[in-house]
Amino acid sequence: MAVNFNNPLFEVLRNPDRCIRCRVCERQCANEVHKYDADSDKMFSNETNCVDCQRCVCLCPTQALKIRPNENQFRQNANWNMQIMDEVYKQAGSGGVLLSAMGTPKDYPVYWDKILLNASQVTNPPIDPLREPMETKTFLGKKSQKITYDKNGKAQFEKTPYLELDVPIMFSAMSFGSISKNAHESLAKAATKLGTFYNTGEGGLHRDFYQYGANTICQVASGRFGVFKGYLDAGAAIEIKMGQGAKPGIGGHLPGMKIDEEISKTRMIPMGADAISPAPHHDIYSIEDLRQLVLSLKEATNYEKPVIVKIAAVHNIAAIASGIARSGADIIAIDGFRGGTGAAPTRIRDNVGIPIELALASVDSRLRDEGIRNDVSIVVGGSIRSAADVVKAVALGADAVYIATAALLSMGCHLCRSCNTGKCNWGIATQRADLVKRLNPAIGSERLVNLITAWDHEIKEMMGGMGINSIEALRGNRLMLRGVGLTQKELDILGIMHAGE
Amino acid sequence: MNYVIIGNSAAAVGTIAGIREIDSTGKITVISDEKYHTYSRPLISYWLEGRVTDKNIYYRSADFYEKNGVETILGKKATKIDTKEKRVVLEDGLSVPYDKLMVATGSKPFVPPMKGLEKVNYHTFMTLDSVKAIRSEIKKGMKVLIIGAGLIGLKAAEALSAYETDITVIDLADRILPSILDVKSGIKMQKHIEKHGVRFILKTSAEEFSERSVKLQNGMTVDFDMLIVAVGVRPNTELISDAGGKVERGIITDMTQKTSLDDIYSAGDCTVSYDAAAETERILAILPNAYLQGETAGRNMAGRENYYVNAIPMNAIGLFGLHIISAGDYNGEEYVAETENTYKKLVFRDNKLKGYILLGDVERAGIYTGIIKEGLDISEVDEDLLKEKPQMMMFSKERREEKLGGIVR
Amino acid sequence: MKRVYVNEDWCLACHLCEYYCAAANSGAPDMVKAFNTEGKKPIPRIRVEEGKDDNAGVNFAVQCRHCDAKPCVKGCITGALSVNDGVVSVDESRCVGCYTCVLSCPYGCVVIDGEGHRIQKCDLCVKNHGGEPACVQGCPNRAIVFEER
Repeated sequence: MAVNFNNPLFEVLRNPDRCIRCRVCERQCANEVHKYDADSDKMFSNETNCVDCQRCVCLCPTQALKIRPNENQFRQNANWNMQIMDEVYKQAGSGGVLLSAMGTPKDYPVYWDKILLNASQVTNPPIDPLREPMETKTFLGKKSQKITYDKNGKAQFEKTPYLELDVPIMFSAMSFGSISKNAHESLAKAATKLGTFYNTGEGGLHRDFYQYGANTICQVASGRFGVFKGYLDAGAAIEIKMGQGAKPGIGGHLPGMKIDEEISKTRMIPMGADAISPAPHHDIYSIEDLRQLVLSLKEATNYEKPVIVKIAAVHNIAAIASGIARSGADIIAIDGFRGGTGAAPTRIRDNVGIPIELALASVDSRLRDEGIRNDVSIVVGGSIRSAADVVKAVALGADAVYIATAALLSMGCHLCRSCNTGKCNWGIATQRADLVKRLNPAIGSERLVNLITAWDHEIKEMMGGMGINSIEALRGNRLMLRGVGLTQKELDILGIMHAGE
Repeated sequence: MNYVIIGNSAAAVGTIAGIREIDSTGKITVISDEKYHTYSRPLISYWLEGRVTDKNIYYRSADFYEKNGVETILGKKATKIDTKEKRVVLEDGLSVPYDKLMVATGSKPFVPPMKGLEKVNYHTFMTLDSVKAIRSEIKKGMKVLIIGAGLIGLKAAEALSAYETDITVIDLADRILPSILDVKSGIKMQKHIEKHGVRFILKTSAEEFSERSVKLQNGMTVDFDMLIVAVGVRPNTELISDAGGKVERGIITDMTQKTSLDDIYSAGDCTVSYDAAAETERILAILPNAYLQGETAGRNMAGRENYYVNAIPMNAIGLFGLHIISAGDYNGEEYVAETENTYKKLVFRDNKLKGYILLGDVERAGIYTGIIKEGLDISEVDEDLLKEKPQMMMFSKERREEKLGGIVR
Repeated sequence: MKRVYVNEDWCLACHLCEYYCAAANSGAPDMVKAFNTEGKKPIPRIRVEEGKDDNAGVNFAVQCRHCDAKPCVKGCITGALSVNDGVVSVDESRCVGCYTCVLSCPYGCVVIDGEGHRIQKCDLCVKNHGGEPACVQGCPNRAIVFEER
């Protein structure tokens, strides 16, 4: 019916002079966009299905393909733009909540891009990281300031559990279920090689990956999927997930069709049944309740593992973080609203939460003001896109960062934002065996290691330029930052001066 | 070490390769009654047809003997083996001493007694000289009569049809290639060849020849300008039998290719092989067999114990553009699949693939050959896929990993 | 000796190896010219087998193993097939298309060319560019690798 017609978002441009009808596009498109017609010896396209994942473009051996935005235009309207109109049509057809994946594509301010780094000139000379020692190792956990002395006068330090990171970058939570087993394996292998950590997400830990336990953070979320003693013991740290940047205030939903045998075993739920993560933890309605869970988990693991509490960046983030710092948690992870997701209601993703830069600055300031900054480490995520973002985050007060979208990109993701369809052509956000196969963990992990190694080099270059030779010395060093094009209010929250000041 | 090889074809070349794998310095002497550098016997029909040049008929490059340190005595027949003195006596009375001797004398055309044949200037089809003689006489439009619808006769027919000749083939059997094909594939091939203008007269033989015609048993008379006798071949076993060696249908050897005589080995068309598919002894007069036997013999002659096993009859035949590949033994339970242009027969016995015939579509046939040679039990492969076509998919994942993935278990 | 090894766990049946192989051995300077020039299509020496039914999802590429036994070379009636540094290759000018090698190869890796009078086979790309064979370079998922084992 004409009124139901979904305007295709993309056009497939096929150069007929270059196309050799090898049909690799047809074989590789899970959305069935391409089709070979033997009678005419030609390839045809069904563009309504195209999500612009670029798989066909990347594999086409003759570069015969281009995907570009559909040239068809509705009548121009600055207020009722085409996307808004399309969404109305979709909902008028379906009656359903719109779903989206990955981080919001909306044009909200990216404060990272409005912050500039300092560099040394003449005095306090820069350091050449290729010639001088340069430390990007960092430790996460409570850093006790108390020193006591035994009767012989020997100093006694309070021993607290910690994570030791060779680079201040970890892979943030993505569950087995939302991403494929091969994607998990890639992350696990890379984290091990890099001396950092990956995070199980809320989907439990596949039995094949217990071997990477020393580099694994095991998450406990509201659905408590796959949580049992062995799971808690398996990892190096436990993360309680209270919220996620892309969808603060709501839970999760993994459709039953994705719950195959392996996922069912790992999550300890029936095959084919929907996996619903409730919006709240039903046993947590206060900081005291949270403290109970933190301590229960510590008790269960013999007080040997640090506990992370992960929250979404929302309006009163500073007060919440202050409460978490007092709950017994060792690490607070804050996820900004530009963070990614396997699936979230579009309206939530695009309208709820606050930018990570502001959340981080205000939490760091608040904890310092309250004198409890050293009781916890702060890890931030929610769109850390480059080594520069890492350096700026650390200078704003973070101990380390979480990355996920960048990790997915290095494994092949092209941000088509269709994870929720389960037909990821790159073998990442899918459980279809033929698609999962497309991500060879040997390649995936190698590329992840390359990415983080490259970022580590860049971090060292930038730190050296500032005359700083360790991450520890950069942390919270906001004098190294200047704002450009920011209002006084924004500068005040970020706790930085304007460029030129 | 002093190696002597009588013969200069595939088995001889295989022997040289086998010796040189182990002994790079020992003296090797090749003796042949033919005067040519080693040439490929199966190529003579291609040469006659004009598809192979004078240069390309040679089986190995011009520097082959030199590179392998081989001395040759060509154009001289070895007439006797003196086992006491360990020497080979040549037709001119000279003799060549040996420490290890290879007898790779091959076979000769069999020309049965036929009445009046002495009046005809007939040809056989076996050596380069024989096709050179044919080439010097053949002319466009000639009537050619070929006796024998076996592989040699039909390859001769194919070659001579290039000269726009009028060809008739007669055979005593009721079908062509009776020793290689079954009835159905034989008929398909016959029809195909007939389309190219070759006439067959089967189930009959020559009763009496006159100079330019023959009267057949069935009463027909066929005129000809050229007669080719390709009834069959007989192994050249005399050197061994005269020396007291064991000879039955061919020269008898053990699995190292050694004859019953000390230090004397034999390989190729003159020997009897053990057919692993039919589980019986027979002469396997095919080139791959000759080479491999020679190679095995050479290794043993040079001192490394080595056995030749898993020999089976196998043939790749192309006639007038239609190809047939067959191997093994045809006694057993049959699976047949047929289209207008193709034919496939698989023969199973004792839960094993024992033989096959593929006509038309012969791609990847060697996978079947391999299964027969390995003696693989059918339970170890996917039988449906085996029957569908030759493919690696029929094997288990473990076996594929060994074969293709380089995983050693 | 470096050989091409197959890891079927990662083969996607995209068939790119076949196209890279065929183009590399076509003599044409690029893939478009190799396939979009009028006349015969270049033939790959590597073939992907795709599983159906019970074997759905099982795929792998097969090409000459350059095996130790070398029955193709030993059975070749013309001497067109030969071994150089372990690599089996064919001198196409000497091949008469008798297919004894097709009969002999237990991997089914001798390819019959479209005209039907010759065979083609993998020579590990020593005759075109050398180095890593084109099929391996073109494989997007390391389902085939070229290495010493």
